[in-house]
Amino acid sequence: MKHLLTTKDLSREDAIRILDTAGQMAATQEREIRKLPTLRGKTVVNLFFEDSTRTRISFEAAAKRLSADVINFSAKGSSVSKGESLKDTALTLQAMGADAVVVRHWASGAAERLATSGWIHGSVLNAGDGTHQHPTQALLDAYTMRRHLVESPGAAGLDGLRVAIVGDILHSRVAGSNGYLLNTLGAKVSLVAPPTLLPVGITARPELEVFYTLDDALDAHEYDAIMMLRVQRERMTGGGAAFFPSPEEYSRMYGLDAARMARLPEHAIVMHPGPMNRGLEISAEAADSPRSVIVEQVSNGVAVRMAALYLLLAGEEAAA
Amino acid sequence: MSRPIVFENVSILGEQQAHLVIDGGEIDEIVTDGHVNTPAGAIVINAEGLIALPGLVDLHTHLREPGREDAETIESGSRSAARGGFTAVHAMANTTPVADTAGVVEQVWSRGREVGLVDVFPVGAVTVGLGGTQLSEMGAMANSRARVRVFSDDGKCVHDPVIMRRALEYAKTFDAVIAQHAQDPRLTEGAQMHEGIVSAELGLAGWPAVAEESIIARDVLLAGHVGSRLHVCHVSTAGSVEIIRWAKSRGIKVTAEVMPHHLLLTDESVRGYDPRFKVNPPLRTQEDVDAVRAGLADGTIDIVATDHAPHPDEDKDCEWGAAAMGMIGLETALGIVQKTMVDSGLLTWAQVAQALSTVPAQIGRVDDVHGRPLAKGEPANIVLVDPQDNWTVDPSATASRSNNSPFGGVELPGRAVATFLRGVPTHLAARFEGAFA
Repeated sequence: MKHLLTTKDLSREDAIRILDTAGQMAATQEREIRKLPTLRGKTVVNLFFEDSTRTRISFEAAAKRLSADVINFSAKGSSVSKGESLKDTALTLQAMGADAVVVRHWASGAAERLATSGWIHGSVLNAGDGTHQHPTQALLDAYTMRRHLVESPGAAGLDGLRVAIVGDILHSRVAGSNGYLLNTLGAKVSLVAPPTLLPVGITARPELEVFYTLDDALDAHEYDAIMMLRVQRERMTGGGAAFFPSPEEYSRMYGLDAARMARLPEHAIVMHPGPMNRGLEISAEAADSPRSVIVEQVSNGVAVRMAALYLLLAGEEAAA
Repeated sequence: MSRPIVFENVSILGEQQAHLVIDGGEIDEIVTDGHVNTPAGAIVINAEGLIALPGLVDLHTHLREPGREDAETIESGSRSAARGGFTAVHAMANTTPVADTAGVVEQVWSRGREVGLVDVFPVGAVTVGLGGTQLSEMGAMANSRARVRVFSDDGKCVHDPVIMRRALEYAKTFDAVIAQHAQDPRLTEGAQMHEGIVSAELGLAGWPAVAEESIIARDVLLAGHVGSRLHVCHVSTAGSVEIIRWAKSRGIKVTAEVMPHHLLLTDESVRGYDPRFKVNPPLRTQEDVDAVRAGLADGTIDIVATDHAPHPDEDKDCEWGAAAMGMIGLETALGIVQKTMVDSGLLTWAQVAQALSTVPAQIGRVDDVHGRPLAKGEPANIVLVDPQDNWTVDPSATASRSNNSPFGGVELPGRAVATFLRGVPTHLAARFEGAFA
């Protein structure tokens, strides 16, 4: 692997290799000295065109625990005020000798553009591009599911598991990446959202079952995992957007509360990529229940990102 | 006075073989019985295998001057047009300043005359500053030296139904046409590509077909109601073709154009996020491509126009979301029409002459000089096409100041090899340069 841009093109073999490597990385984090010398002398740049403190510190922790040098580059730029162009930023990083660039960008496809434009030679790791993909989030979700729901996780996929993804599918790169990866790993995916928050073209993906209410989805299947997506309140009802009538109605129809929790099987886990809107898409009761793995997702994120960086930067030796 | 020119054994509109003689800026003679009296001092061209068409007329060109001379100038755009076989272009109004006054349209018109490579007919803005709220002084533009007969806010949709109605009505005063950029602004906020299967996968905000179709449906009804001429710019969807077909069957005075890129490319090209494929309206699906081809073949779509839209490198050498919309197209239009319509048997060359010359000249009311039949006494606005001059598009070789073509590396079956404006060569392929030296 040279880049990690999307889960769509990730083979089952590569995905499982990342998850298995993440398992080894997690094991090293139990030790007294958690720092590994693996990427000593390598430079990893966190290039963030969009604020995301959580994702940035997760990548930063991952790189530092592998002994890489980390440069944080926060480039403010939006579609309105462009600021320095992606190209010039990339050329600057290339001149500084970045071995890997972890990029978060507001534009869908920015990571792919960075990887294929010839502006830089290093590896590109997509840390979220617009409303397209966020592959390490999907990998850490899969890793978390495998730990809880698969008996002997080593080398296994998620075959036969059923996962519900609930919320703003239309704008969610998390859903974008999870849809492909879960399918590749053998899980069955149900998408639950008001029709306004589903892409028009989603019907062309028969592997994804779609429900318009959470109750319908809970009636139809027993889920092993339920993933609640963040709803951006201001984007949903303000400025004539009209994706749904009100946060209250959304919460009533799509929120995960105690009553709906009770309809999940005993073993089912509750997930959320964070940050949560307690009281909107998820009640405090659900978020804090023993079946919630939301905090664990964060720590698994570091292990998965260590694995991804390791496989991209020490890939050839690692594969041997 | 320029020397007479004799084209020997040229195929008139791809049909009859003849010797065509031009002299004094006019067609002097078309000889079909095999014998031609070569005038003294004439330049004789062996035109065997070449097709003579009336010089092409583009109803939809962005020349960018005044204001964005870094992207294109009237001179560079005119040169690119001549290379593509055009003898006339209609320069869209979305310049800086906007062509919404007699002063700006006269400036564009006279600069076009000065350059002299094609006749540049300025399009006037429908509303002041393309703002969509106040009608621009159409009368002043129509009565200026530029004689504007096409009004358009292209780039923006005249979305207010009352403004659109008034514009359609008012334009009747000058026998002018309103060329509408059909795009509902609310349905396309932040839109990046055609809304469908590919946009869902790529995570790009969708530009739904209905945003085009709903405006066209409204506008044909308005045009029918007030009895005015409507021209629909860049038709890109199957549904639009259906609506226009219906409107024509009702006798509504509507004409429509399709762009070469919508005849050839689909939204599948957007995979890879290369901004050279970013255009407005966006590349659609194969079903839409098939429908616009069929519409052009059966006459529902009247003409092909280029929507030549130059942008400097920095507006395309970036991420998709930050990139400008539009692609250059003057030099590739004819080859793409041959590839998609002629070689596939959907159009004859005579019909190509209609769609790329005769009818656009009529819509733009410049058919006193352009889009004329190839006949004795007519102005010598002529393009010679070599339908077997297979070539590979190299965007860096264009005469345009910009090179944002999506067709780099694409093979096209033929192209214009010589263009004449009132008998004067404005473009000559290398093979003819010696004869005219």
